[in-house]
Amino acid sequence: MMNAPKYQKRTKDELARRVAQDIHDGAYVNLGIGMPTAVANHIPAGREVILQSENGILGMGPAPAAGQEDYDLINAGKQPVTLLPGGAYFHHADSFAMMRGGHLDICVLGAFQVSARGDLANWSTGEAGAIPAVGGAMDLAIGAKQTWVMMDLLSKAGDSKVVESCTYPLTGIACVKRIYTDLCTLECTPQGLRLIDAVEGLSREELERLIQLPVATAN
Amino acid sequence: MINKISASVAEALASVKDGATVLIGGFGTAGIPGELIDGLIEQGAKDLTVVNNNAGNADQGLAALLKTGRVRKIICSFPRQVDSWVFDELYRSGRLELELVPQGNLAERIRAAGAGIGAFFCPTAFGTELAKGKETREIDGRQYVLEYPIHGDVALIKAEAGDRWGNLVYRKSARNFGPVMATAARHTVATVFEIKELGELDPEAIVTPGIHVSKIVKIPRVATQAGGFRKAA
Repeated sequence: MMNAPKYQKRTKDELARRVAQDIHDGAYVNLGIGMPTAVANHIPAGREVILQSENGILGMGPAPAAGQEDYDLINAGKQPVTLLPGGAYFHHADSFAMMRGGHLDICVLGAFQVSARGDLANWSTGEAGAIPAVGGAMDLAIGAKQTWVMMDLLSKAGDSKVVESCTYPLTGIACVKRIYTDLCTLECTPQGLRLIDAVEGLSREELERLIQLPVATAN
Repeated sequence: MINKISASVAEALASVKDGATVLIGGFGTAGIPGELIDGLIEQGAKDLTVVNNNAGNADQGLAALLKTGRVRKIICSFPRQVDSWVFDELYRSGRLELELVPQGNLAERIRAAGAGIGAFFCPTAFGTELAKGKETREIDGRQYVLEYPIHGDVALIKAEAGDRWGNLVYRKSARNFGPVMATAARHTVATVFEIKELGELDPEAIVTPGIHVSKIVKIPRVATQAGGFRKAA
């Protein structure tokens, strides 16, 4: 029988806070649908961060109060949002040009799998008979100056979602710079994974056992 | 005298022919030209290719158009939704062809059509299933995929206000695909809530210059409703 782990996973809020901590003052950021959306709630006080939504918003604000929803003002997840003073609207081609042209500093995405060298799989499980849908995933993956992934390290079945090479259909090649998970923060490099941090009590050796790949130390 | 104001949706859509490629604006709840889609159903053109970000929700709008069986092919980025059952059924039974396009490529291919670009090299989707069979090229150390424009015979878009020259302004994120689709079709029809006198729209703020618009139709103002989009796409 396995010993109980000596470490605790980051909660969803803790993970969102961990990502937010690395977003610099003045950054232009796109937060993907799902888990990354929560990062907006944890930007440290004193930092001004401008959020982009790929359906044509820069300077996106939080959700409106109940009853104040305007369904002409929604985010990419199709939820009502608000616009901050100073915000701007633009059309879809301009929005994706802004992204593809490398003008956004950071894009945070969810993922099914990420390879040690930064290949991303987050749009399709490749399941037979499933209806394919990609949305902006492939544009987002390769567009920003830095693409970060935010996900649980292990799947529900206990398999590492950080892999040597993705088995799910790819979204982009060598596009992920960092992986923020409930157990650790990793950097993807051409040489493989590098450890940025891990939750207290989780050793690098134990992490390598979970991922089944070498993880280089910070230097 | 130029007067692009149409008395009715039916008049604005009268020239749509069988086999047409129809660009339809809208993203999520915002900017969907519902009155024009209903008008196209009424008009009866068939064997259509529809270009939209999604593939219809519930049983109204684009879903209702698909349900008529008059759409042969859809070009979109995200067909699967919690309430896309009309699309799902047609696709699974092989009665509707799907061309799945990354959202930014969709917008840029439409933009390219309106801008007279023959094709362009784009980094999106390189090395993925969606670039299979497409020409690629390494330029300055980066890999690109050759993408072709998407021309429309007709564009159906929703704007906020317009004038008789066809100048348009939009509202908030309802702008989305409207401005690029307007440039990419031979016949662009826009609904507006307000018709302004020439000169009343601030020339510094006009988003779609009238040259790209064929017809505008005034419709009663109805606030955009929620619905069909509660679960994240």
